[in-house]
Amino acid sequence: MSEDIYREMILDHYRNPRNKGKIETPDVRIHDSNPLCGDEISIDLKVEGDTIKDIKFDGRGCAISQASASMLTEMVSNKPLATIKDITKNEILENIGLTNLGPARIKCALLSLKVLKLGMIKYYIDKDPNSAEKLKEDSKVL
Amino acid sequence: MQALLDVYKIRQDFPILNRILANGKNIIYFDNAATTQKPKKVIDSICKYYSEYNSNIHRAVYQIAEEATFEYEKTRENICKFINARSTEEIIFTRNTTESINLIAYSWGKRNIKKGNKVILTEYEHHSNIVPWQMLCNDNGAKINYIDTNNQGYLNLESFENFLKDKDKTKLISLSHMSNVLGTIYPVKEIIKIAHEKDIPVVLDGAQSVPHLKTDVQDMDCDFLAFSAHKMLGPTGVGILYVKKEILENMPPFITGGDMIKEVHKHNTIFNDLPYRFEGGTPNIADVIGFNAAIEYLKEIGMENVREHEKDLIRYMYDSLKDIKDINIYGPENCNDRGGLISFNLQDIHPHDCATILNDFGVAIRSGHHCAQVLMEKLDIVASSRASLYIYNTKEEIDIFVNALNHVRRIFKL
Repeated sequence: MSEDIYREMILDHYRNPRNKGKIETPDVRIHDSNPLCGDEISIDLKVEGDTIKDIKFDGRGCAISQASASMLTEMVSNKPLATIKDITKNEILENIGLTNLGPARIKCALLSLKVLKLGMIKYYIDKDPNSAEKLKEDSKVL
Repeated sequence: MQALLDVYKIRQDFPILNRILANGKNIIYFDNAATTQKPKKVIDSICKYYSEYNSNIHRAVYQIAEEATFEYEKTRENICKFINARSTEEIIFTRNTTESINLIAYSWGKRNIKKGNKVILTEYEHHSNIVPWQMLCNDNGAKINYIDTNNQGYLNLESFENFLKDKDKTKLISLSHMSNVLGTIYPVKEIIKIAHEKDIPVVLDGAQSVPHLKTDVQDMDCDFLAFSAHKMLGPTGVGILYVKKEILENMPPFITGGDMIKEVHKHNTIFNDLPYRFEGGTPNIADVIGFNAAIEYLKEIGMENVREHEKDLIRYMYDSLKDIKDINIYGPENCNDRGGLISFNLQDIHPHDCATILNDFGVAIRSGHHCAQVLMEKLDIVASSRASLYIYNTKEEIDIFVNALNHVRRIFKL
């Protein structure tokens, strides 16, 4: 039932998103959308050394996609950028407390992870174009 | 008031309406603008074709092939009568409305729309009546202009007439008879009359209108009309394109190959007669035959009764919705100008969340941009929820739907 999906935590992150907005001079800015729903997420990263020093997301869409993005920014803030490739879909679903979503809504929950992984790949490609293929393989998003 | 059609009797003809969903609820199907359910007669006629006379049409001389050809062509005859076309030569089978519009763009459009010309559309068009014209205009160096609409979906006829002043440049007007988002029914007869005074042909996208309104192509005098079988009780995979014969005679073929030819030689081909010249390859025989059963079914009810039933329901739905706190309803307030659908938003609740919660009640509505992103931009929204009705829907279902919407508000603490 929907009461299990739209719990306090999801509604809180939907209505009061954390780290929402843009970084003025980001090291990476990346955007993607979910054509099925029209959910949109963009993510800005500021990286120092290999640590995510600042992360901001912007977007519009359903409560699941926006709350999931908000929670993801909290999850990875101040973590090493390289560890993003190891984040699994299940970790995200467990983190937001939605482990039994249907196939259509799972895409909403995972959009921000996809965007973040694309951002990480873009960051490393900008630094070393040869790393692209291996990273795509490793992060299993493309 | 006496009921115009016996909705409870009609419901018995639709097997899917007996379906119990995983959550134990009956299905309340409010997504008829996307596709409609099928009566048993339609399902049976497809089954009968495959069980009794499955064969390819038009060429073979044995009994079952003659039966298949006869049934296939009978559908064409019935469509011709249903929309009051002059001749079956004017009725072309395609896969869907989208393919019908593509056929016009690639065949008529490529030949008649040149560099510097203009195609006139409206801001409320479905993507299927925008993208084919963008492709054509990008290739040929022509331009698209959009007629303004106000927030209730009414056309600004002044902006329309301004475009026509440039009649040497404006070559075509293509618009929907009814908006799939706002539900607005447009005064197409008047628009066509104004366009024809300047000799500009008009394409009507009838995907939302032909299933719900009595259609008379001679009375409207449209030059092209595109619609889909599956939105009017028929199977998926069958689209129809009506084109005035005098225009069709001068159109080059679109899909070429088998069945659309008379003679093929090494370096030249003589094309088949109308309308077969536009139906290359083996068509969707079973579903065209199935569509005939759908037309028979609608004819029996009467399209005037279909419209009256929907008007009655939509007034009831509009009045029930407008008192819900925090609701935004799009499209006309006057239900006489509205087909059987309502799009809305509940404050900051995204339509996908709304539709997910309604599913708990068995209510199936559509949520998203409805393939009309140009209109979404105009309305300054990303998406809307849409409830769309048909002959088998009831006021009791609307009551459950309204109750479910109040539950959505409670979950989101509005």
